[in-house]
Amino acid sequence: MWRVGLVFGAVAWFVSLVGLVEALHGRWVVDGVLSAGQVLLLAVLLASGWTAARRFSASLVGRLWAGLLAGATVGFCVGLLVWLRSLVDLRTMFVNASPALFQLLSGGQPARVAWAAAVAVGAGVGLVGGAGACTPARVVRPILVGAAAALSLALFQELVLLVLQPEPLAPVRDWLFVAGGGPTAQGIAATFAFSAALAALRQASWGRAGRVALPPKAQRVLWSFVGVLLLAALPIAGGPFVAQVLVIVGLYTLMGLGLNLEVGLAGLLDLGFVAFFAIGAYTVGLLTSVGDHGIAHWSFWAAVPVAVLVSLIAGVILGIPVLGIRGDYLAIATLGFGEIVRLLVLSDALRPWFGGSQGVLAIPKPVLAGFEFSGPQHLYYLTVVASAVVAYVAWRLQDSRLGRAWMAIREDEDVAEALGINLVSVKLLAYGLGAAFAGVGGAIFAVMVGSVFPHSFQLLISIQVLALIIVGGMGSIPGVIVGSAVLIGLPELLREFGEFRFLVYGAVLVAMMLLRPEGLLPAAAQRRELHAAEEEPAGLARTPVGAATEGGA
Amino acid sequence: MAAGALRRPVARRLNFVDAFLWAFRLAVIVVVVWGTVGTLRLGRYTGEQWVDFVVFGLAQGGIYALIALGYTMVYGILRMINFAHGEVFMSGAYTAYFVAAPLAASGFLDRHPILSLLLLVAVAAAVSTGVAVLVERVAYRPLRRAPRLVPLITAIGASFFLQYAFRGLYGSGFKAYPEFQLFKGEWQILGIGVLRTQAVVLASAAVLMFALYQFVMRTKVGKAMRAVSEDKDAAALMGIDVDRIIVLTFAIGGAAAGAAGILYALVFKQVHFFMGFVPGIKAFTSAVLGGIGNIPGAMLGGLFLGVVESVGPALFLDGLGIVAPYQLKDVIAFTMLVMVLIFRPQGILGERLAAKRA
Amino acid sequence: MRKARATWAVLVAVLVAVTSWAVTYAAPVRMGPVTDDWGVVRVARGQPIVIAYWLVVAGPDASLGVDSRRGIEIAIDDKKTVAGHPVRLIGEDTGCNAEGGTTAATKLAANRQIVAAIGSSCSSEAVPGAPILCKQGIVTVSPSNTAPRLTDPKRGPEYACYLRTAHNDLVQGRAAAQFVYHVLGVRRAATIHDGSPYAEGLANVFADVFKRLGGTITSQEAVSPTDTDMRPVLTRIAAGRPQLIYYPIFIAAGGHITRQAKEVAGLENVKLMSADGTFSPDFWKAAGEAARGVYNSSPDLSVEALGPKYQQFLDKHQKKYGEKPLSAFHAHAYDAAMMIFAAIEKVAKKDAQGNTYIGRKALRDALFATRNFPGITGNLTCNPYGDCADPKIAVYQTISADPAKWNPGVDPKKVWSMKR
Repeated sequence: MWRVGLVFGAVAWFVSLVGLVEALHGRWVVDGVLSAGQVLLLAVLLASGWTAARRFSASLVGRLWAGLLAGATVGFCVGLLVWLRSLVDLRTMFVNASPALFQLLSGGQPARVAWAAAVAVGAGVGLVGGAGACTPARVVRPILVGAAAALSLALFQELVLLVLQPEPLAPVRDWLFVAGGGPTAQGIAATFAFSAALAALRQASWGRAGRVALPPKAQRVLWSFVGVLLLAALPIAGGPFVAQVLVIVGLYTLMGLGLNLEVGLAGLLDLGFVAFFAIGAYTVGLLTSVGDHGIAHWSFWAAVPVAVLVSLIAGVILGIPVLGIRGDYLAIATLGFGEIVRLLVLSDALRPWFGGSQGVLAIPKPVLAGFEFSGPQHLYYLTVVASAVVAYVAWRLQDSRLGRAWMAIREDEDVAEALGINLVSVKLLAYGLGAAFAGVGGAIFAVMVGSVFPHSFQLLISIQVLALIIVGGMGSIPGVIVGSAVLIGLPELLREFGEFRFLVYGAVLVAMMLLRPEGLLPAAAQRRELHAAEEEPAGLARTPVGAATEGGA
Repeated sequence: MAAGALRRPVARRLNFVDAFLWAFRLAVIVVVVWGTVGTLRLGRYTGEQWVDFVVFGLAQGGIYALIALGYTMVYGILRMINFAHGEVFMSGAYTAYFVAAPLAASGFLDRHPILSLLLLVAVAAAVSTGVAVLVERVAYRPLRRAPRLVPLITAIGASFFLQYAFRGLYGSGFKAYPEFQLFKGEWQILGIGVLRTQAVVLASAAVLMFALYQFVMRTKVGKAMRAVSEDKDAAALMGIDVDRIIVLTFAIGGAAAGAAGILYALVFKQVHFFMGFVPGIKAFTSAVLGGIGNIPGAMLGGLFLGVVESVGPALFLDGLGIVAPYQLKDVIAFTMLVMVLIFRPQGILGERLAAKRA
Repeated sequence: MRKARATWAVLVAVLVAVTSWAVTYAAPVRMGPVTDDWGVVRVARGQPIVIAYWLVVAGPDASLGVDSRRGIEIAIDDKKTVAGHPVRLIGEDTGCNAEGGTTAATKLAANRQIVAAIGSSCSSEAVPGAPILCKQGIVTVSPSNTAPRLTDPKRGPEYACYLRTAHNDLVQGRAAAQFVYHVLGVRRAATIHDGSPYAEGLANVFADVFKRLGGTITSQEAVSPTDTDMRPVLTRIAAGRPQLIYYPIFIAAGGHITRQAKEVAGLENVKLMSADGTFSPDFWKAAGEAARGVYNSSPDLSVEALGPKYQQFLDKHQKKYGEKPLSAFHAHAYDAAMMIFAAIEKVAKKDAQGNTYIGRKALRDALFATRNFPGITGNLTCNPYGDCADPKIAVYQTISADPAKWNPGVDPKKVWSMKR
């Protein structure tokens, strides 16, 4: 039990010293009463009690005791940190060991008093955590849902305030938030109660046959209507900032759909995918720009097909030299390709054509029949339509002869070839079409920003696209959309915590893969594969290994 | 194993692909020859400067090689790209700074430079080992049976997490390592002036490579590692504790990375949270160039990459009249990589892998 | 199949209908006692006036934006109230890249309470970001954008709301070239940039002016900001036998160049000169003893050039943040904030209940009409294209390279200042 406590104590040290607690301390969950930083520390304590209780005992008293002990250990660790700081200046090593942090941890008390208090508080909260582990899931779940909703309100409060900006909504705003401050107690309580009740209701009606049953077809139509209406209404309700975030999510969805053809369907790892995004963006930029580097002054609509074509050709050109390269060799070769494209457009040598680091400027917004797609709210619809078209194409491809050929080479190249699949043309088509999809994204990116700089096409983007299709569920089109919403959209909405963005991002990537290696919305085939404990074609084991050895690993 | 041999005729079937590949090779060769001839005719550089280019390249290559050795070890056993290896390298050197700074301030470092250096290496290696083992435990072990892209994503996640964790802990600015008076200045080796730090790096890389190679080839644990690399299940049936061997591999790779971090700090004097990322990618490139999983290959690949980056822009691009050629050194490096992989898809020293494993 | 197609047609129709509804909106132009073409901000009695920053406050370039933000915070402390209201500062990180600038500007533009903005940090953020703010009528003043094109006479109407208190690169590059040619008597020089728009622009201005003065540029090189081994590129430079290398880049790569230049054959006696990007005690840490003798062109931040006001500012800074300024643009940010406050007070109108109304276009016009505004960095006068700086450029030379002795003016010693 105390070992669980020590692990969570280390977590408490880490979140404190890394600066997360102090950063979140600036954000009220209940204005003037409770900050997000305090909630984080409480959550660590609760989790320690809960984990210890679940691991070490089955009996009620045993669980409570385990929770209490683990919580006390965490509290002891926190107290130890406070005490250590009273002896040496931790700040020479840890920049975030600030006075404000220790004011929070010690509650302004002298080190010894604070230590005792921390153990006591830890024990108390750990006990609650232990009690949580004794409570049936149908009680705990609604509470967790409610707490998550209340926390979301606190974390996304800037966004909620933006949405509640119009004057008619002022009463709601004033009821939920203190003017110029955080959420009110009643706002948080209401959010908690409402979501918890909703979760409880949903749970109660789960599995009961009494639900209104429409025929499946009608249901699908209904849901499509609701979906389309929601999609159409989102930027209007959320305002330009939400629309902007959704445009970015859309761009990553376009790239994800492209990479999904290569990695998800054909099994060709690509770490240089940003190259095609860049090629699409630069093609549109150069063809439409009215600035110094513009070469044609075309309209956006004329430039897009060219951008798609150029990206497609670039995809094939990349594809040819790497045809014979497999697996991890492919990863580094494609990574190199992405870097080569970025360095070339950045280079002084090609500056007369691509503008070097000063970029291509003055890219006009698209105009359709006299209507200018000027702001993010307009570009949003362009992105949605483009994503829908591309998703439709991807979906049709997936079930086509070509799609099946891709899946065949993903499973086993040699068998696929023996079955008469022309590896060369099928692989080149995967590279070309995937690149073309990214080119569409790049084209929209160019008009969204209105200028194209080489610094926008870092390796990081290739990595993020790869991560989103795998987190979403490889080979699955809805997975791509969910993946980009989660991995791109959420961090954009939480821009205020910019410094901790990648810390949390990294932790979330690891956690998601541990909890759901098949992704959030996996393709059916993928799910089957994983559950048969069968390896990917490029996997390690050459003999099928049953689930029996899995537990022993 | 026969699968690999089947691969050649495939590429031969479609003639336009072959034609393109030949055109590509020809184009690269023409550019290289044209550029080289042009450069030499310009006569911009003296003979000593060419020697300098090579020496600087070898020294930089030595750093790549040091990191690549750890990379390739882990790859050799697990067949998995440990994307976080660059961050393991960073964590040791960054933490050891907090030992180096007081040592330098108290004057201990100047009085006992060798002792201090050993102490720093020990601290860095310990921290790096700890981080490497932790990453293995949390991010890789539970996923040993998952599709191979899944651990790649956790590796990327771990890489981000470590970078920004150390940034949060130690700050976003860089730290300046103290100067070792012992390693200031040059040594004359074969009549060529070589910076002492660079000589130390090259020598250490060679020693480390030799030691690792002997360890893997000669010791019992090394044999177990090779067995695990061949077939984990068979190795387990032979009574090898697979998990323990894998942890050990990570620990050794981590210790090597920690030592490399101190040598890096000796040469470049700056450490910061992002210092592992670019060297990590370069080390990965080196490992692939040399044939991933192959220990002497990692050394060779590192040196080759370093020399190409150093000599390439001056030799090939100057003669073509390209301005600011060193901005394009990575373009040359990666083009070389693709060229090598076209001719030898398994890297310079790598053995041809069965299709299932590559 | 046909049914599915019909469904799709309906869905598309709905989408089109909703879209066309979404895109029709109009901006209000009249509110309280104020009529304004760009809209009006109403600040209720007792409520704060909201000023927003969009600066790079996270990531590797954070010190640039945090330095500016502190300048703004001190200005708010000094000013206390504007037109009878307290000031509330909110902000967004811009990440020092174009898409970060776009997103941050979009988020600020969505907030109708923002009266004026301060930013951006990097020029590549302002290029796409400023027009987004302008479209919503939010005027923005940058404390640290130095790219010439942002205030170029040809910059276009979409930048009509953009001003800056930072000096134009044209000024610094020209000053550096003049110093090198006339004072140091150097005739052969090489430049290095790191692929950032700032460094590339400055290196090119330097090279152009130096050539016009009659000097020779032996080579113009580029590195990448993450490079560590600069010896090969320095060897290439050595082949041209320059007397001076000008590298207006940032601290990490600048430190490597400074250290390694001494190790390359042929560069033992070459003079080194950098710019404001490395004008910081951190640069001394990065370069070590090799920093001794290095020249830096930078805004003249010495107390004798800026007067007692700057000393007072430094004292407040020390008291509030416990350290010296992180970068070179805190004073510019302070001036930007003060200029905005003065303009707000000029145009703000109150109604009978004590609520304040601020016309957006009126505020913009008032800012562009700034004449001889007494700031820390000098007397600011804005030209019709938004350049407000009173550029004082000086050249400093490092004496001790000991970060503990960092004291601009004394060490690094001010060796030259631009005549105006």
